Amino acid sequence: MGKQHYDALVIGAGHNGLTNAAFLAKSGLKVLVVEKNPYIGGASVSRELYENWTYSNCSYVCSLFRPEIYRELNLAKHGLQVTPFGGSVTFTRDGNFLGSYPDPEVMYREVARFSKRDANALERYHADTAKWCRLIRPFLMRTPPDPTSFRPKDWRELAFLLKKFHGLGEEQIYEFMRFFTLSVAEFLGDYFESDLVKAHFSGSGIIGTGLGPFSPGTAYVLLHHYMGDVDGNIGTWGIARGGMGAIAKALAGSLREFGGEILTGDGVERILVKDGRVTGVALESGAEISADNVVSNVDAKRTFLKLMDEKDLPAQVIDKARNFKIRGSSGKLNIALDGLPTFTGLSKDNPLYKGDFHFSDSLERIERAYDDWKAGMWSRDPYLDMLIPTLTDPTMAPPGKHMMSVFVQYCPAKLADGDWTDDKVRAFGDTVIDQMAEYSPDLKDLILHAEVRTPREIEAEVGLTEGNIFQGELTLDQLLFNRPFPGYAQYRGPVKGMYMCGSSTHPGGGVMAAPGANAAREMLADLKRDNTVPEDFGDD
Amino acid sequence: MTKQYDAIVIGGGHNGLVCAAYLGKAGKKVLLLEAADEVGGMARTREFCEGYRVSAGAHILHSLSAQVVKELALLDHGLDRSGHCLETVILDEQGAHVTAGRDSASGEGLSPEEIEAYASFKKKLRSYAELMQPMMRRRPPRVAALGFRDSVALAKLGWNMRFGLGTEEMRDFLRLAGINIYDVLDEFLGEGPASDKLKGMISLDAVMGSFTGPRSPNTVFTYLCRLMGELEGDMQLPVGGMGAVMQALANAAQAHGVEVRTAAPVSSIRTEKGCVVGVRLASGDDIDADIVVSNADPKTTFLKLLGAPKLEAGFANRVSRIRNRGTAAKLHFALRGLPKFTGLEEGQLRNRLLVASSSDFVELAFNPVKYEEVSDSPAIELVIPSLADPSLAPEGHHVMSIALPHVPYALKGGWDAEARKAFIDSVIASVERFAPGFTELVVDSELLTPADIEAQFGATGGHWHHGELALDQMLMLRPLYGAAQYTTPLDGLFLCGAGCHPGGGVSGLPGHNAAAAVLKNKKKGRAEAVA
Amino acid sequence: MNHTEQDLVTEDSPRDHYKALVKRSPFYEKQVALSNTNKWHRWKAYTVADEIECMEQEYFAVRNSCGVFDVTPMSKYRIGGPDAEAFMNRLVTRDVRKIKPGRVGYTVWCNDQGKVIDDGTIFHLEQGVYLLCAQERQYDWLMLSALGFDVEISEETNNIACLAVQGPTSCATLKAMGLAGIEGMKPFGLTHFDFGGAKLMVSRTGFTGDLGYELWIDFDSAEALWDALFEAGKDRGIRAIGGDALELARIEAGFILGGVDFVPANQCVRLHHDRSPFELDLGWLVDFSKESFTGRTALLREKQEGSRYRLVKLNIEGNKPAHNAYVMNGKGGKTIGAVSSAAWSPVAKANVALASLDLTKRINDNNIWVEIFYQKELKWHRKWARAEIVKDPFWNPERKRVTPPADV
Repeated sequence: MGKQHYDALVIGAGHNGLTNAAFLAKSGLKVLVVEKNPYIGGASVSRELYENWTYSNCSYVCSLFRPEIYRELNLAKHGLQVTPFGGSVTFTRDGNFLGSYPDPEVMYREVARFSKRDANALERYHADTAKWCRLIRPFLMRTPPDPTSFRPKDWRELAFLLKKFHGLGEEQIYEFMRFFTLSVAEFLGDYFESDLVKAHFSGSGIIGTGLGPFSPGTAYVLLHHYMGDVDGNIGTWGIARGGMGAIAKALAGSLREFGGEILTGDGVERILVKDGRVTGVALESGAEISADNVVSNVDAKRTFLKLMDEKDLPAQVIDKARNFKIRGSSGKLNIALDGLPTFTGLSKDNPLYKGDFHFSDSLERIERAYDDWKAGMWSRDPYLDMLIPTLTDPTMAPPGKHMMSVFVQYCPAKLADGDWTDDKVRAFGDTVIDQMAEYSPDLKDLILHAEVRTPREIEAEVGLTEGNIFQGELTLDQLLFNRPFPGYAQYRGPVKGMYMCGSSTHPGGGVMAAPGANAAREMLADLKRDNTVPEDFGDD
Repeated sequence: MTKQYDAIVIGGGHNGLVCAAYLGKAGKKVLLLEAADEVGGMARTREFCEGYRVSAGAHILHSLSAQVVKELALLDHGLDRSGHCLETVILDEQGAHVTAGRDSASGEGLSPEEIEAYASFKKKLRSYAELMQPMMRRRPPRVAALGFRDSVALAKLGWNMRFGLGTEEMRDFLRLAGINIYDVLDEFLGEGPASDKLKGMISLDAVMGSFTGPRSPNTVFTYLCRLMGELEGDMQLPVGGMGAVMQALANAAQAHGVEVRTAAPVSSIRTEKGCVVGVRLASGDDIDADIVVSNADPKTTFLKLLGAPKLEAGFANRVSRIRNRGTAAKLHFALRGLPKFTGLEEGQLRNRLLVASSSDFVELAFNPVKYEEVSDSPAIELVIPSLADPSLAPEGHHVMSIALPHVPYALKGGWDAEARKAFIDSVIASVERFAPGFTELVVDSELLTPADIEAQFGATGGHWHHGELALDQMLMLRPLYGAAQYTTPLDGLFLCGAGCHPGGGVSGLPGHNAAAAVLKNKKKGRAEAVA
Repeated sequence: MNHTEQDLVTEDSPRDHYKALVKRSPFYEKQVALSNTNKWHRWKAYTVADEIECMEQEYFAVRNSCGVFDVTPMSKYRIGGPDAEAFMNRLVTRDVRKIKPGRVGYTVWCNDQGKVIDDGTIFHLEQGVYLLCAQERQYDWLMLSALGFDVEISEETNNIACLAVQGPTSCATLKAMGLAGIEGMKPFGLTHFDFGGAKLMVSRTGFTGDLGYELWIDFDSAEALWDALFEAGKDRGIRAIGGDALELARIEAGFILGGVDFVPANQCVRLHHDRSPFELDLGWLVDFSKESFTGRTALLREKQEGSRYRLVKLNIEGNKPAHNAYVMNGKGGKTIGAVSSAAWSPVAKANVALASLDLTKRINDNNIWVEIFYQKELKWHRKWARAEIVKDPFWNPERKRVTPPADV
């Protein structure tokens, strides 16, 4: 192995690394993906941590995955199947709930239980968010322009960007500018009067983000979660059959079919550079692999501060990497259940059971959860995004048994009162379970096993700095040509032959695979090879 | 029929005065109507308890446009800029204060590197402020209908960004413009209690008057707005108080033939066929003019004086969604003597004193206002104006003027007498920690919550800036599109208040820009044939 | 601003409302009893019939005798309060002051950009009290528009049942049902009758371009009304009809339909995919003499600078309906628009269509062609057909306007 030479070596077998490698291999390059864990997938994994139970123990739902990539890499043939699941529900403290039903009329009636005005505003809300999604989506499969550059390609991309904006019409441009800088609370206030309705919709504005619903810029984060689709239904979320690992598995199948290779169980220690050019990598095991090009699927902070030698990098890149905002703000619980838990007020035959559950019934509660995080504590009353995927995908647990995935916002990477300890992790898990148990009398009795993951565990296992699920905050200063940092937003690193393809790059996190594909397109252009990466399907 | 006035300006705040003066200077016959007994709006100096006077709103002169001062010859009209230029003292309970000037800082525990870091940070951000400043002195461009001048201005901005700043700085500017001040301070300034105080000061300056804490995104932008004020000159406690500044503006306006009528509240703006024809006073009198310029905040102008029915439904609703819930309060103390601050000489009391020991402190002080609560450890900006102008208080006595950035408009449970007293006491207790014996000096006090400011000065929401200074309400979005170039959907109606670009602070720029827009505007729709 | 809240959910266990997917109009059971095709579709919260027995016969009932269509799902809002007239006048493009009490007016309302949110009818019930009827829900826009007005807006959709009774024998049927003096009602007139103690509102309105009436009554009396109506009409060819027959009738009448011939502006996502009144050939509904109404500024500008689209009625050669056809400038020429509604008109014996033309293109009114695709036994044909722009509705009988209508 050590003697072997590759055209391209990808560090990390996350979905973006695998996507990147697959497109490179498809063009005929000799490609190797190196993964430190004994299994592939990064944060798109299915793991059996309790006998006969499959945990999607990191990412847990899928909608952002680009259908262009899905098709081009034949992922269906390689076993991937994504099934949409219905709705979501927010429980209130007075024993009621608000659900999002897929049928617009049922949704209308549901919201009308709380506010007739809000029920009637739904149409306008959906039209407006669809407008913004339509504006943003064409940029997902494109490389951001460098606004300081004078190269024709950058000017072309800038012109494309301006054209898209121009296509909105003057008023909508203003509306978009406003939207882009607004807090999710304020944005929702344009449509809804009920605090419960606002709280219900606001979750998407804060998931994975070190901001609260009152923080400017969170309206965009909401959009980031809405951008996805399952077969054209914007904003619909789906579950990968067999857990999120099915995505990595299918990508790996595609990669191998194109002749690519994967090495697991050996992490990259260092990216090797000679005379300003990448020469390969040194592995933790001591082996070295030479490669003309090295692509890092690892987040930008880790890539530059841990995998590269300071002397190989321009000083400003080190500064930029240090200042890159990648805060751990989320935790995760994966729970094996002996049966389907009861949730007071929600009958088990309600289709909402298949959707995600939230227990924060006011914006204030969510914002206070954020305040705790700012102060270096996990939220005492966290915002949860809980899902029982076994109701949609019965393969994940034995018949009659269930798996519960609980995403927790907020949970800090660093605690004000010292490092994370196993006791604190346990206490964190209890906080989460206690909150759910308020609404579910039998939950605690049904728990067979619970895996509790704070940013510490996520970082240790997946390698995401601070456990940030998006490989970097989705704030204005880190989007588009600022992602991961200005001057390096076109997937090329500061060293010849070095590239980035993780969610740290445009268009950011979520199991989207667009960064991996975009990076491949740029690399193939540099190598003067035919492009294998598909274009956006487009709209209209 | 010729009308007596070419233009009516509603409201004699500083922007109304500036606008009126410019219009008068251009030869227009202008009537300025002020509801109160004297002009000056929130910046007027008035008695808050017997024998003690203070500027009700703005208490420090720091951003008054040098261009306005020059063009209106304010120095000839009584503006006195000879006063002491303020430095900022960030207080420390033990007396380890940090004093900061424009680019200088001193204080216990501040290393030369930290001082250098502060200076270079300020220079860096000031260069961004300089870049943006030309945009503040003109009307914001419309994105899809760029006029020649708009194009030139934007091209200049682009050129200066690219070639003035250079590639790296331009990139940094594009990154920082949308970020929060908290992270930027951590990037650029040193660590430790002394640097923390500098961070606390900058954080406070960045969030003063807006619904943000230092960790809120966009606060670098609000700080840049603040720095644009710094470009106009150093902070001063003006001789004669802010009221004297207002008087100079009024003098200038009157010198240009503006008729100033006080105690003349306007009850409505009158229209015919979608055009403004004048105003109606609360007294019932009608005054005609083809041009009406409102210094009132946009919500008051559109929803109260004009009325939503005269606007199209979408526009009216967007007006109602302007974020203008004030979060800044004023607190005035009548003192029987000069307080003694631990570790400060009497001379240093002429400065601006802050309780803002770190950016975390300011962030923590921000939290409660989100829930309509008050902090028991508020961030505080305080000055003692009577040191610059002894006439403000009886001999030997003093007035203290305090600005509190994070006080809710509506308090959970209401702002009843009990709540007010509890809050005032908590501020007294805060000051007491830095100035032992302070409590004993307090003769009387006046608290102006945002709701009080609304009631007394008519600004909806009691917002100092007539609307949040934030990216979603800036430039062509201020106060809202469709009225961001000082014109409005109604022919002849203009805005000139702080709710317009470039926003609040006693800069006079909205008034200046609005006057230019009025003079440029041709009454295009006046003879509009009814189809 | 006041508004009366009316909870739409009346089930005992409101949170289980999802189990009852579709609401039923009080006429639903009556139609089920008659239906042998079992063809239905959803209209907002309700279900309505596409066809009851035979679409053709239902259509000819409208043109030849009397067809009855259930329009209960129509969104209905009652607007009252001191500022009701001012509110209505700011809301719609027409001058509402000209719709006197006891009269009905067809109108459109626009957003600030001058694009049509929906069209509908205003019933001036009594001085200063209006009923607004539209296909789409309007509560959101009404409430937004109510800012600054002292009005009461209440939703009546689920309180008032409505039947459209359309066709040449409709008047005689209603007369036979005991509605004395109904023959004296002029088009767009509105009267109230007593119906077994319930208040029955009758308007001479409809969506068929023929003589016709609409009956409005509370839900509880709805079934009795249906029975009385069908009893009275049994010798006058009365027949329950489905949406398919109505659709054909409305195209013949040249009436536009939201979601088909235009996209309601507040649901429109793409720039320039919505339409102004001028672009829908409804310029006659815009009254600029009103000082302010929503969309006025934009519409005035459009009036001065020109529109982007033009809605036309096309009479197309041949007999193949031009569904979804492109409209061309000259045979094989540039595409200048598209057909949004098309039908073979059995009564006019004409091949008719509504089409939207793109005015940024060069258009020769006298040389317009459409490209029609149709298939016979899986073989697709492309046919070029010349089309003529016509001004009047394809079906425009005198009896629609005559008062009193002929007693048949």
